[in-house]
Parts: sequence; C-alpha cells; structure tokens
Amino acid sequence: MSSLPVTGAGPAAVPAVDRRRARRRAGWRRRLTVLAFLSPWLAGFAIFFGYPLVMTTYLSFFHYDLLNPPRWVGLANYRYLFGQDAQIWPAVENTLVFIAMSVPLQVLFAFGIAVLITRAKAGVGVFRTVFYLPALVPPVAATLGFVYLLNPATGPVNTILGWLGIEGPLWFNDPSWSKPSLVMLGLWGIGNTMIIFLAAVLDVPRHLYESAELDGAGGWRRLRYVTLPTISPVLLFAVVLGVIQGLQYFTQAFVAANVAAGQASQGGAVSTLELGYPEGSTLFYPVLLYYHGFRFFNMGYASAMAVLLLVVAFAATSLIIRGSRRRVHYGTTR
Amino acid sequence: MRRTAAIVVALAVLAAMAALGAVSSSAAPGKAHATTLTVWVGWSARELSEFKKVTAEYDAKSPNVSVKVVGGINDDKIIAALRSGNAPDVVSSFTSSNVGIYCSSGGWIDLAPYLKKDGISTSIFPAATMYYTQFKGTRCALPLLADVYGFYYNKALFKKAGLTAPPKTFAELTAYAKKLTIRKGDGSLDVVGFDPVFGFYQNGIGGYQPLVGAKYFDPSGKSAISRDPGWKTLLNWQRGLIDYYGYDKLVKWQTGAGDEFSASHAFERGKLAMMMDGEWRVAFLAAEHPELKYGTAPMPVGLRSQYGSGYINGTIIGIPKAGKNRDEAWKLVKYLTTSNHALASFSNGIRNVPSTVSSTKSKELKPDANFATFGKLFVNPKSSTIPITAIGADHLQTFQDFIAKWQAGKVKDLQGGLVEVDKQIDAKLKQAGGGGNSVP
Repeated sequence: MSSLPVTGAGPAAVPAVDRRRARRRAGWRRRLTVLAFLSPWLAGFAIFFGYPLVMTTYLSFFHYDLLNPPRWVGLANYRYLFGQDAQIWPAVENTLVFIAMSVPLQVLFAFGIAVLITRAKAGVGVFRTVFYLPALVPPVAATLGFVYLLNPATGPVNTILGWLGIEGPLWFNDPSWSKPSLVMLGLWGIGNTMIIFLAAVLDVPRHLYESAELDGAGGWRRLRYVTLPTISPVLLFAVVLGVIQGLQYFTQAFVAANVAAGQASQGGAVSTLELGYPEGSTLFYPVLLYYHGFRFFNMGYASAMAVLLLVVAFAATSLIIRGSRRRVHYGTTR
Repeated sequence: MRRTAAIVVALAVLAAMAALGAVSSSAAPGKAHATTLTVWVGWSARELSEFKKVTAEYDAKSPNVSVKVVGGINDDKIIAALRSGNAPDVVSSFTSSNVGIYCSSGGWIDLAPYLKKDGISTSIFPAATMYYTQFKGTRCALPLLADVYGFYYNKALFKKAGLTAPPKTFAELTAYAKKLTIRKGDGSLDVVGFDPVFGFYQNGIGGYQPLVGAKYFDPSGKSAISRDPGWKTLLNWQRGLIDYYGYDKLVKWQTGAGDEFSASHAFERGKLAMMMDGEWRVAFLAAEHPELKYGTAPMPVGLRSQYGSGYINGTIIGIPKAGKNRDEAWKLVKYLTTSNHALASFSNGIRNVPSTVSSTKSKELKPDANFATFGKLFVNPKSSTIPITAIGADHLQTFQDFIAKWQAGKVKDLQGGLVEVDKQIDAKLKQAGGGGNSVP
C-alpha cells in the first residue's frame, strides 16, 4: 500500500481505483463471454438478415436489372410505387382481403379443433395426428392436390356436388372463388397453429375451471372467462403470425394460379397468362414483387416493394400488439 | 543444401504431375488434350436426346473438342450463372424476349466480330429471327431453330360438318366454330369449334398480332395499342365468339380439356376442332395420335392482306462473357446455327422450323405436308415477332392483364381500357429507363 504513489488523494482512494478497474475488466470479460456465446446467432443474423436488409434498402434507390451495374435513380422507384404502378393497389387489396378472410378463420378453426381434441374421451392421439398431418405436406404438393380436387370439370368435389344436384363453382378458375379456395387450402394445413393452441388449452390450470364451476359457470362462460383470457398470449401470437404470413403469401397463390390456368408460356417465350389468374384475383403483393424482381428484371423496384412490405409488416405487428394490451393477460393466474 | 535441393525437385515433380493430372481430367475420354465445351439448353427428355445427336456429330468431327450438353436450363439459372461468373461455354434460351438484358449487359458477348471474321451475312436468317437475337444493334445471339404459329384443324370433324377447306378470315373462323361446336344435353360444351380465350394453350396475344397487322409501339417508342385499329378488330371478334359459347362454359370446358403437352390434349382427342399452335404439335401428334386426320394452314386473319403470315419466335443461342473457350464455342455456335445439315437433322428430330432461309429448303428435311406449312409461314415477309423492350415482356403482360378482364366481360369501355393500357406500359418503360423498339 505505502509503495503506491500518492497524488493528493486520500489513502482509501487507491484501492477504490483498483476495484473499479477490476470491475471494469470483469465487466468486459462478461460482455465478451456473452458475445462469444451469442456470436453464432449474431453472425447468422448479420449475414442472413442484416446484410440482405441493408442491400435491399440500398438497391431500392437504383435501377438494377441483375446483370448491369445498378444505376442511381433516387426516389424514382418509390414515386412509381406510390403514384403510377396500376398493379400495386389491386395487389394490396387482394392481400388485405385474403388476410381478413384467412386469419380469423384460421385462428377460429385451429382453436376449435384444439378445444374439441381436449374434450375427446378416446383416440386423442389419433385425432391429434390426423389434424396435424396436412401441415407436413409441402405447400406445392398440397396446392397441386387442391387444384386437382377442385377442378371444375373433372375434380371429385364438383362430381360429388353434381350427384347432389348442385352445380359446383369454378373454384380456382373463378375470381370470386379463387381466394376462398386458397383460404380452404390454408385451413386444411392448420396443424401447426392447432398444436400450439392444444398445448395452451391443456396448460390452463384445472383449479380455475373448478372455481368457475363452483360459481355456477357453464361451458360457454368457462370458455369465455377462463380459457380465452388464459391463452390470450397464444391467440395474439397466432394473429400476429397469421398477418405476417398473409403479407408474405406467395407459394400457394403462385402455384394455384399457374396450374389452374393450364399452362404457363407461349413457345417458352411469352407468358400468355395474366398475373394472378383468374382476372388478377390471386395477384398478391409478394407475387407481384416476384414478377418484378425475377421475371421483368426490375430488382431495384422489387427492392422498393420489399422495403414497403417490411415497413407495413412492422407497423401492422406493432398496431396489433399495442391494440391488444388490455385484452392479453400474461401469467397472472399462476 | 543438398537436402533442400532434393525437396525443391520433389515438389516440382509433384506439381508437374498434378498439373498433368488436371489437364487429363478435363480432357474428354478418347480425345487426348481435347477441350470440353459445356452447352446449356432448355430442352429435356426426347427433345434433349435429339439435340445431343446433333452435338455428337460435331463432337465426332472435331478432334480437339468434346461437347458436354446440360438440358432443362431456364433463364433463372442462366442469369445466376452470368452473375456468378461460372458460366458454360455456350448457352441457349427459349425466352427470346430476354435478349435485351443479355445483349445490353454484355452477359452474352457480341457475335458481330465473329460473323464478320467468318464472312457470314445476317441475310441468311429471316428478318424476324434477326430482330429477336439483338438489342439496340448488339447481336449477342443467333437463332437455333424457330417456332412459327399456324392453324390446325381436324379433318374428320370438318367432313362431318360439311366443311372442306380451312377458314381464311376471322368471320369465316367464327362461322366454322359454330358449325363444329357440339353441346351436351345440359348445355355444357362437349366439342369446341375454336377456343378464342387468350391464355388457353398457345392462344396468346403475341400470336394474333400479325393476323391483324397491329403495332405495339409508335416510331417514338410510345405504346400505341389504343391507337391501332387492328387491336380493336381482334378484341371485338374475340368477344363475339366468346359470347356465343358463354365465358363460364368455355372456362369450365377448358379445365377438362387435358394437359397441353400430353396425349390428353383436347385437339389430339378430337374435343377441339380448330386451334392456333406451334409447328412442334406435328411431332407430338405423330408420336401420340398418329391416327388423327388433321390439316395445317395459315391462321385466319382479321386483315385480308395479312393472310399467310404468322407469329415467329424461337430459341436463341450465344456465348457467355464468362465462358472460357470463346473461339471453340463460336465454332460450335456457327455449326449449330448455320449448317444446313445440323439444322435439318435437328428439325427432323423435334420438328421445329430450321432457322436459316436455305435450311428451310434443305433436301435432308423429311417431307411432311403439315410441317411444310410452317416453313412457308416462316419466310413470309409479313410474319413477325414481339418487340424487345427494356421491360422484357412486361408490356405484353400488361396488355394480357387487361384482356383477361375484357374476355370475361368485365370491361364496358374498350377504347378507354386500351388508353389505360398504353399509359401503364409507357409508365413502366419510363420507370425502367427505356423506350419500346418497333418491330421491323
């Protein structure tokens, strides 16, 4: 102690400095350890999310045809996006209508099946497997199957409807029925959401139901005042996920449109199809984005569309979470 | 010191052996020191094996070259290869409307110096093929067989309906279609005379353009669809025939018409009496329904002076900038695109139209009256193709999107709708920073 140089501070200040240094060193070591553990995720995030995001934003200010060097165009892509592209608003409308149709139905359907399975007296495992299985089918295969099943002329669904004296609709070939057909396809593959709901419903504490029963609550009231509030975080999760997936809806719409239309090109050279067959009814925002980026070689504009999609998805998620604060209950009953 | 020298010598020997090994591994079997040329093509299955027969002949004649063909290639793969710099020596594409991007980017090299060096005049190719193999004066591709669109009709159904010769005008086509159409008891369609819905099989707007002599763009590069009366003639005729069938009935019939590239094709089964299709259908019919009695002719027209013309498109072939053996690649491209023997052999194999003027008259071509129709359409000076623009085929897509609503009966004001189409196309061209090119 006495060998330490004294520079006007009291004798007690010297060990305090050492302690602070040691604490700082320990703090840095801790941070580096945390960073080391986080590094696999950080690297993945930077390479697969950060870099593409930055490049997408950067390219949105350029005209870029994938082969020639990008050419600076300033805000021209955004001006075209908001002011001149006649296909944007039909695509936005299609996407919003689809989300409005599919998200409530998917949440309701998945929740309904989960509740029914919890009430089954026997064969729970079988029902759970049967309802989950469609989620394992690849989206392209599932879409092809549905287009075949709903083929207006040769499909089994319309054939059976015909036996009952009902003339079936044109399904994927009719602009009024193409979106409902895609919603049906989505409902069929609802297994993932159903399993999450099932876990949540099974996780509701039994004593809450017993208390409610003692208070004279019937089945509906138990569902309304016990089950729903308890699983509300899961409901919120399902809604947010449904909206984001709806905003990114591509594969099924693209495959269904091309297959239902019958063929895709003229002499391998010129598309004879309108976008979003039939009559533009399945032209969702991501489908239009894909065409601009990879069919019309307008990657700069497609990047501007992608930036807008990201902003809208972020805003929609924020709004839903903000709007649900009073309706969602987090773990107060445990 | 002696040890160091020994190590150096040993390393040098090892390096030499490795280099020799690398050389021999890239050489073709049976051909010492041959250069392997990789060729990417879009053909697959039967058509790919026919292409391989042609390259095998070249292979046999060329001691220094071995050709490796990769089939099933589309433009997504081509562009990815061009971007990565890991491209084949020779590349071909079915999508001639993408020639703009290949030429302007330099992704496919300019072939003009090679043509000049070998004294090949572009006049050996018909004008339309010359148009879709260049962009703004840069010729980065050559045609490798061509597709020509013509008229197919079922002779047995014609005979049954008392018809003897194919129709020549849209009005006659409508009258024939009505005679040939057979409805079921419930009013649904069993046999369709002619299906005019755009988007069905090969029925696309591009195929009809020469039949009405219409223009897509004016000389200044502005979209001229609303200002050309030919388009209105076409669309009004089309709606008239659709209304005869009923749009929904026609769509329902289409969903059971059978896959286009299979033996269940409606024309091949006698469920469609007349259609517009490419020359390749001749080969499909021979392979899948040799019993079918059919004839071919030029498509009926909306403008009498256009009779005998047709829509032309085809495969394009070029040399990627990143290709490693340009001179050898050029020799192969020259052989495939200018040799009468190569073109005739390949044409016999897949029944596409040979793409030089002289090869269409080659004695090696297997005679076939139905196929010969397409050779005549190909060299007709009024035959044409679609314009190559800075937006690829997006201008056509925009027009097709409008037509989809028109043919479904959702558009009341045709002229107003076409004006809107023009505005959209002009806006797209402006956004892409280019203007439309008029077709020669």
